[in-house]
Amino acid sequence: MAIKGPVPQIPVPVWRNFKDLQEWETLHQTRPEGDKHSALFERVTEGIHGFPGGFLLTTAADAFFNWARKSSVWPVTFGLACCAIEMMATFASRFDVERLGMVPWASPRHSDLMIVSGTVTIKMAPMLTRIYDQMPDPKWAVSMGSCANSGGPFRHGYHVVKGVDRVIPVDVYVPGCPPPPESLLNGLLLLQDQISHFRRTGRRATPNPKVD
Amino acid sequence: MTTANAGRVELDYAGSERLTMNMGPQHPSAHGVFRAILTLEGETVVGIDAVIGYLHRCHEKLAETLTYAQYPSIASKTDYVAAMTSEFAYVRAAETIGTIEVPKRAEYLRVIAAELQRVASHLLWLGTWCLDMGGALGGGATIFLYCIRERELILDLFESLVGARLLYGFYQVGGVRYDLPAGWADQCRTTVDLIEQRIGEYERMLEDNPFFMVRTQGVGVISRELAQELGIGGPLLRGSGVHHDLRRADGYSSYRDFEFAVPVETSGDCFARYRVRMVEFRQALRIVRQALDRLPDGPISSRPGLKSVAQVRIPKGEAYARIEGARGEVGCYLISDGSAKPYRMKWRGASFSNLAVLPHIIPGHKVADVVAIMGSVDPVFGEVDR
Amino acid sequence: MTGEQARAAIAERYPAATVDASALERRSLGEGGPVTVTVPVDSWVEFAHFAKTTLGCRFFSFLSAVDWKDEGLEVVVKVDNVDTGLSLLMKTRLGPGVSACPSLTMLYRGADWMERECYDMFGIRFDGHPDLRRILLGDDWVGHPLLKSYAVDTPHPPYR
Repeated sequence: MAIKGPVPQIPVPVWRNFKDLQEWETLHQTRPEGDKHSALFERVTEGIHGFPGGFLLTTAADAFFNWARKSSVWPVTFGLACCAIEMMATFASRFDVERLGMVPWASPRHSDLMIVSGTVTIKMAPMLTRIYDQMPDPKWAVSMGSCANSGGPFRHGYHVVKGVDRVIPVDVYVPGCPPPPESLLNGLLLLQDQISHFRRTGRRATPNPKVD
Repeated sequence: MTTANAGRVELDYAGSERLTMNMGPQHPSAHGVFRAILTLEGETVVGIDAVIGYLHRCHEKLAETLTYAQYPSIASKTDYVAAMTSEFAYVRAAETIGTIEVPKRAEYLRVIAAELQRVASHLLWLGTWCLDMGGALGGGATIFLYCIRERELILDLFESLVGARLLYGFYQVGGVRYDLPAGWADQCRTTVDLIEQRIGEYERMLEDNPFFMVRTQGVGVISRELAQELGIGGPLLRGSGVHHDLRRADGYSSYRDFEFAVPVETSGDCFARYRVRMVEFRQALRIVRQALDRLPDGPISSRPGLKSVAQVRIPKGEAYARIEGARGEVGCYLISDGSAKPYRMKWRGASFSNLAVLPHIIPGHKVADVVAIMGSVDPVFGEVDR
Repeated sequence: MTGEQARAAIAERYPAATVDASALERRSLGEGGPVTVTVPVDSWVEFAHFAKTTLGCRFFSFLSAVDWKDEGLEVVVKVDNVDTGLSLLMKTRLGPGVSACPSLTMLYRGADWMERECYDMFGIRFDGHPDLRRILLGDDWVGHPLLKSYAVDTPHPPYR
């Protein structure tokens, strides 16, 4: 008896309708309705900050948290296309990102950073969104390579999303086709710098920080 | 680990509890964006539905809008682990239609690049495969880090030759784009010697490891008949006992000038494919040495340097050119209508045919073997989905 | 079996088939290139069986199609005999407006995914295929991209 596995129905991807990236950012930054703890935490922070001299406490706490965040950014091992090979090379012997505190981690549930390495296709975009949604806040995304930045050489293809920033918010763009590991390392260092410029505990960074 | 009746499982009890498990598309050992919907009976896989297409980048449609001068560098993005061989197939198809002669030196340079690329690709395969099989191989990422170390040496060679590390655009219709820089040949010889020595180390390291042998021997057996009917190629085909190597059968480019052996194993399991690739490493290095020794002088291209994108025009006609890539037969079926762009291009990716073997061999294996089998098939999803 | 022997065998068994239709094909596919045979769609499976058994072409290389605009679709299959080095490029014209073709999955298991891809890209229905679904594009995709009437940058609504 030959057994053929049941073919599960693939659910229709839940696509969030949004007009542009700003709307997506707003959606991402607003807290959900029933989130009482975060609101309380924010009010306490505001209270301490408003107290004379209280900013010393809050800024010190911020600096500490940001230092901790920036020193252990764990990227999820999420390879899409050609750039994934260069990403692997960055993680491996010669370029070794572990010295920056980055451990490539296989589960999005424990990761802070998604390196979108390669072309995002229309079939892949819902999966990418789902993986991004699975990552806990605060989280960052690096768009690696021309394809992820803008569609690159495949921009005119019918099945290619013209830039990953139409799907998820991106913090650092790394150009190149594919970017060599040095470029990616530069991008990751920029990201660390951006993380250390977090303005308030628990908030996302502004999209384009000033880099000295 | 069934061998005789793989693909077909007898169940002698009713009311089975089946579990459907999703694997991918984000899976660290899927070698890319591959989704397998596995149906499990306990720990045994009884059905697999392979979902591909997550990296479909419209190569064949885009080829109809790009000229013969533009497309080779895009062709390298089909099989991005062995980019040189992908360009080679497209360029050869265009040359066959246009009956364009290629100078001898260019043919030798093409062979050197293609064989070094094969070594780099197999190194990446060995590293990731052992990484997938993980802790059983003593420390998980050990072999991976070693293999990437050697691969970087080859990428250094390519970087000094072409300027790019991964996707090159080295081949062009009528020849190659760059000549060897000064001192490249000596550097290449040193690298080749070093890699040959290191490969022996890995071989001893792996084959002394009983866990490695248990996880690979008798796992994922592909029969000779199935291998031919599916059109799988490269190390998989030769691991299944079919003596077929396009470098030997067609003798394209200048492969007739070199001596090399075609390894064939008959057991058809993961270990046989591993053995074939390990021998191929050495044979590729041997070809590189011979080509460097006999490298003739002369021009590197029979056509003038590229000034405009529509410069290359070939007459009406059709051609099918095939290359023995790192994973098997990479073919390009090209139809030209006389303009600067092809009328139709069909890319025959080796990995597409190789991956089609999974639904035939995986049922009957344990879940842990799925990873070992997928790694030994060595798919590159740029080429599967194109 | 060499190319010449194969040509003779095909001419004897299938007089209706066109071998190496034009001088152009013979020139451009090269001397060592594949033997090109165009068969009518009625004897498509029969000819494939002949190729597999008599000519010994058991290696299934690829299956694809070409959209010749007004002249309709053409299905192209390449099979090899790896022992003798014979390559056979089989073609069949489906005719204008026709998009149905017999399936080769009974003969070659490798035709399974290739025919699914061909259905996906050209909309050719392969009669007798056990599981004809889209393979590369999503199940909800509209249109068949490799047809000449399909623009390369056709937008897909939510993603633009």
